[in-house]
Amino acid sequence: MRKLILIVLTLFVLGTGAPQVFAAKQKVLLNVSYDPTRELYEEYNKAFIKHWQELSGETLEINQSHGGSGKQARAVIDGLDADIVTLALAYDIDSIVEKSGLLPAAWQQKLPHNSSPYTSTIVLLVRKGNPKNIKDWDDLAKPGINVITPNPKTSGGARWNYLAAWGYALKKWSNDEAKAQDFLRAIFRNVSILDSGARGSTTTFVERGIGDVLISWENEAYLAVNELGKDKFEIIIPSVSILAEPPVAVVERNASRHGTLKAAEEYLNYLYSDEGQEIAAKNYYRPRNEAIAQKYADQFQPISLFTIDELLGGWQKAQKTHFADKGTFDQIYGN
Amino acid sequence: MAVHLRSEPVWVRWTLIGMALAFLGLFIFLPLSMVFITGLNKGIAVYFKSINNPDALSAIRLTLITALVAVPLNLIFGVAASWAIAKFDFYGKSFLTTLIDLPLSVSPVISGLIYVLMFGAQGPFGTWLRDHGIKIIFAPPAIILATIFVTFPMVARELIPVMKAQGNDEEEAALTLGASGFQTFWRVTLPNIKWGLLYGVILCNARAMGEFGAVSVVSGHIRGQTNTLPLHIEILYNEYNFTAAFAAASLLAMLALVTLFAKSLVEYRYRAELKAALRLENHG
Repeated sequence: MRKLILIVLTLFVLGTGAPQVFAAKQKVLLNVSYDPTRELYEEYNKAFIKHWQELSGETLEINQSHGGSGKQARAVIDGLDADIVTLALAYDIDSIVEKSGLLPAAWQQKLPHNSSPYTSTIVLLVRKGNPKNIKDWDDLAKPGINVITPNPKTSGGARWNYLAAWGYALKKWSNDEAKAQDFLRAIFRNVSILDSGARGSTTTFVERGIGDVLISWENEAYLAVNELGKDKFEIIIPSVSILAEPPVAVVERNASRHGTLKAAEEYLNYLYSDEGQEIAAKNYYRPRNEAIAQKYADQFQPISLFTIDELLGGWQKAQKTHFADKGTFDQIYGN
Repeated sequence: MAVHLRSEPVWVRWTLIGMALAFLGLFIFLPLSMVFITGLNKGIAVYFKSINNPDALSAIRLTLITALVAVPLNLIFGVAASWAIAKFDFYGKSFLTTLIDLPLSVSPVISGLIYVLMFGAQGPFGTWLRDHGIKIIFAPPAIILATIFVTFPMVARELIPVMKAQGNDEEEAALTLGASGFQTFWRVTLPNIKWGLLYGVILCNARAMGEFGAVSVVSGHIRGQTNTLPLHIEILYNEYNFTAAFAAASLLAMLALVTLFAKSLVEYRYRAELKAALRLENHG
């Protein structure tokens, strides 16, 4: 009897469920992205499905996968079948190129603005009323301040956080790298929890109530404030920060194999359209389009920004100096 | 009998009972009820809406499929392995017993990573699989494989002691009387182990549906495609969607409760059966 029930159940589930799971024959795009873009792409996908329907008559299905940027790149290298990657920093896409050859080395020249349709920056999120009186980066290095930031080894956001502080230190001590390293060491001595992704850190700070200050993506900080209460948190804009350019690219070999190359390319192009830029702005990413940036001007406070190229001459070098084995991060943290 | 039980002073008994109850309440009942309270705190309509959405349904479906494939396979394997270990002597037997225990002692992260290393694009089969359009890693097959791996020992470990305790006498008698090997298994061995087997299957099923670590490594986290119920809960939680997260969590918690109930039921029946067997022996 038990066997019979089992067989009937198996047939039932296979009959109803398996076709959808194993054999989705509709055109499907998989966008592998980093942690804080969940809300952005959820909204954008809806708009793009409509746009693509009008353009080609095809009904698309768009799937999303989110996680720490480095971890997601690793998954694509290991065979996660992404048509599109929208990651936190160019280095992670570079490492997909280097380790798997799934897209050409010159991917970043394919789209305007270094293939970054939107930008963001790194800000500080504190508890309401700013009880520890945190105003700028150097307050994070003071004793007794509990700092939350994710792990630069796995999280793209964390690497931007680290470099923002590094850039501040170089400015303050006129390019003295030893001083900058001491400054970062003092900050990381105050870090109590290193989560593996930006969203994990936000949850630690916001939900679990740990820490005095969260170093965070601007978009992530706004989301936390607006989702969980303006009466609980405050955003502090530091005197200077880094211009974060999260890049996007088509994983050409995967998309060609799936027959989705055209749709994937249009998916990224449309991010630069008025509608795409507006959705980015609504989700607290700084749009590239001037007119739309104007429209949302009161949402994005002016902040003095430096780029990674000015600071270090690009991600390859930044990665090697700071985040590779025995880089400055390894030197200041743990070892 | 009764007098003997009451030999402890009253206050000792009540303190012990009170401590046990407080512990249970604080560490088990309270957190568990928080799951249900948070899931329901926006009303029953929101509760059902968060379960009845495409991503949640797909997660439930994938969880069921995984369990429905992993549990029967482990049932077959578990019976075969424990049969071999309990009833026969062969070279390398203790090595096999150790191997069966291996998945319990290995961290779930490693249980997942071994499949990434084997079937991933950089692994030995990666290119071949890709050229033939077969998806294993970051797709349901890898989730099922990883689940089979972590639930591997569940059935066998339950059965080996039961089978050992029963010995070979009845099987030998059946074979002497002319039964075939299959008849012996079907008519003699299986009825003797059925409650132990059911117990093992229940445990195996609970773990198969609840596994997080190994599945998380091989899943790729594609919404509506490769998220099982535990992964879906984590995603909802990370999206500040607490009500939906806890609604889904309450489903898993209910599964755990049903499992516990089934387990106690089986234990109860199993015990009665054992007692009956003992009584028969004494009379005979």
